[in-house]
Amino acid sequence: MHPIATLVAQRLALGLLLLLAASALIFGLTEILPGDAAQARLGQAATPESLANLREEMGLNRPALTRYFEWLGGIVTFDLGNALTNRLPIAEQVSSRMANTLFLAFWAALISVPLAIVLGLIAVRYQNRWPDKVISGVTLASISLPEFMISYILIFFFAVQSLGWGLWGMLGMDPVAFPSFASISSRMSLGEKLWAISLPVMVLTLVVLAHMMRMTRAAILNVMQSAYIETAELKGLTTFSVIYRHAFPNAIAPIVNVVMINLAYLVVGVVVVEVVFAYPGMGQYLVDAVVKRDVPVVLACGVIFAAVYIIFNMVADLVSILANPRLRHPK
Amino acid sequence: MTKELEFYSKQVARGDMTRREFMGKAAALGVSAAVASGMLATRVDAAPVAGGSYKMGVQGGESTNSQDPATWASDVPIAGGGLWGETLVQVEADGSVGGRVAESWEGSADAKTWRFKVRQGIEFSNGQAVTAEDVMRTMERHSNDESKSGALGIVQGIESMRVDGDTFELTMAVGNADLPYLMSDYHLVIQPGGGFDNPTGAVSTGPYMLENDEPGVRMNLVRNPNYWGGDQATIAHYDDVEVIVLNDATARTAALQSGQVDSINRVEPKIAALLDRAPTIDVRSTSGRGHYVFIMHIDTAPFDSNELRLALKHALNRQEMVDKILQGYGSVGNDMPINAAYPLFDDTIPQREFDLAKAAEHYAKSGHDGSPIILRTADGAFPGAVDAAALFQQSCQAAGIPLEIKREPNDGYWSEVWNVQPFCCSYWGGRPVQDQMYTTAYLSSADWNDTRWKRPEFDEMLLQARAELDEAKRKEVYSMMGRMLREEGGLLVPMFNDFVDAVSTNIQGWSTDPNGPQMNWQAAIKTWKA
Repeated sequence: MHPIATLVAQRLALGLLLLLAASALIFGLTEILPGDAAQARLGQAATPESLANLREEMGLNRPALTRYFEWLGGIVTFDLGNALTNRLPIAEQVSSRMANTLFLAFWAALISVPLAIVLGLIAVRYQNRWPDKVISGVTLASISLPEFMISYILIFFFAVQSLGWGLWGMLGMDPVAFPSFASISSRMSLGEKLWAISLPVMVLTLVVLAHMMRMTRAAILNVMQSAYIETAELKGLTTFSVIYRHAFPNAIAPIVNVVMINLAYLVVGVVVVEVVFAYPGMGQYLVDAVVKRDVPVVLACGVIFAAVYIIFNMVADLVSILANPRLRHPK
Repeated sequence: MTKELEFYSKQVARGDMTRREFMGKAAALGVSAAVASGMLATRVDAAPVAGGSYKMGVQGGESTNSQDPATWASDVPIAGGGLWGETLVQVEADGSVGGRVAESWEGSADAKTWRFKVRQGIEFSNGQAVTAEDVMRTMERHSNDESKSGALGIVQGIESMRVDGDTFELTMAVGNADLPYLMSDYHLVIQPGGGFDNPTGAVSTGPYMLENDEPGVRMNLVRNPNYWGGDQATIAHYDDVEVIVLNDATARTAALQSGQVDSINRVEPKIAALLDRAPTIDVRSTSGRGHYVFIMHIDTAPFDSNELRLALKHALNRQEMVDKILQGYGSVGNDMPINAAYPLFDDTIPQREFDLAKAAEHYAKSGHDGSPIILRTADGAFPGAVDAAALFQQSCQAAGIPLEIKREPNDGYWSEVWNVQPFCCSYWGGRPVQDQMYTTAYLSSADWNDTRWKRPEFDEMLLQARAELDEAKRKEVYSMMGRMLREEGGLLVPMFNDFVDAVSTNIQGWSTDPNGPQMNWQAAIKTWKA
């Protein structure tokens, strides 16, 4: 077998083990949390009688291990079961929520990744001159602000105060305020959905831009010290083609790594943005489930999030190997 | 007579009274409906406009919400459910009981047996006729042994139920003059077959029908064309209604400011005055029956000493709490769970004043050993609970009372701290009548007796008042009970909180309803767009 295929198989097997460990860990942690789904649902309105009835119905009376292995038995047959709280099938709920999360992450990534890399290249080209300083300054400022702060600032200026109105006028269009929340639904057209997520995409772009841009800049600058770059310069190549043709391919590994981390973050880490924009994604769903002690839902979300991280990491490693001839053809 | 009606019609014009209420008043004055609506048409220019859609941004929705009325506990399901679902009766804005699925009702002389006549010829939104059998099955589902309903505590006292033609009859173990009020509980939505077969089917007799439900995101409802209460020009004027879950306070206000929603609930008191200054937004606050409490278990040391309890009661600066925690959107409490929003409230009960000298005096008399008195609090106990506890600690310090605050996590607060620890912060949403409030939390046998208030004489008075049909006598007994709790009870009531809503100025017909926020969630039924 090709060494790369062996590696992929190994990593996949290891990933499955990691997922199993993660699910056990998550289940254990939810057991430590005070209260259970029955108490969480009845809250202040609980009576001992209604609590007992509800526990019986939710099957919370059975030992923890039994419940965990039942859940595990379900998941190997791809059955996520039903939520404890509203009895809806989890698979259905998760798939629509996950689709929303991926939708937002996709558009944010589509804008931020190329933008970050191009900005990084420009920063290298004009290293320590004003374009570099402006790019670094703005992106570092935006990463330093908490996400909710950026969100509120954008909402204030583009949805409430409609500061962008002048801009619309310049484009010869009627002024339209951006939507301040983004609760998209399957009943919307693609255009309506994109319009609805315009502000969250801007926020996420601002949040992930700096990390990727700085890494691109640092990785390429590192390569720029090499002797072969000097040779390329002496050949009389323009600065951009030196960067693009010779430096960038050799800097791909670290860049891909940081891009993958940020993509994973866009999928699993955007709960704050989801809350602020009332976006029906996975993060919001997971938080609700934790608050209501809906263990099967927490497990399902947790395992999916873990899988996303594992897969993105694996892809990053593979790309690093493929991009590096020394790793591609080990002795 | 005409003068009176004219006054009412002006109120309708101002939006202080709904057209429906106006028709009710006219009927009470002996004016026929045709004449009355004619008056309304000639004298009132701001007549309801049918059509359009109403969008409300609501705090209090989770992806774990269900359409089963038995499970409702937060604002979003209650808001949406109140549009597609109807109960037997409903408490109106003026505190009276109005018929919904029930057309009329009467109680026996001992208030034990109640007969509800089901409105004839009305249909569920699936076209099925509503029968007394459906009503009985609904009550069965909420009260039987397998019940997980949030209304279980309310319907527990039912001894027997039966159907007599178009009449639903129920007999209580003890007489209850307020029984119709209990039947207005939002969980008790009448469902076909009692909802046994399909509890989450969202089928009832309400003015709107559920079209789309995305738990924790939104609900879409459309006008029920067969609504028994009248056509779109009379009631439920909108073509469709959208309930949008906006749990984040800033997202809510931004959505209203940018015109994406027509109204929002739970405006934070600290921004309410600022929001009201916006030209297209009105902030509407309604004093209700909800209150914030510091509760002591009076069977646990040191709170078993009434002197210590009185010391704490005197050391509480209630006005400061209203000013700083509620920013004025509320009123001071009086160490009893009842205020002027309740029927039969005795307003001669003296207001407890903030008095450090008296607090110190009572504290000295209590003989407390000076060990710290621990008050448990959490952000989730009520909005501003941590700050309120800190204010209380400072005023206690001034009286020489060693109060200490222990901050608990929000998570699990209601299962691990409230009703478990001897002194903590909490809140009550209030109940439509005094009997229900006292029965819920101050009867010896109550599950939610969170102050461990167990006095046989108090229980006796409560049962006596419950079966008493003479209102003057009931008022007297309730007054005695209130005074007793105020003097010896384990609850400190710093404040009653208002419902603070904000609504776009193009919404007409908004009126106040002390039974709940957003006109007791009837805004989409009673308002219209100009």
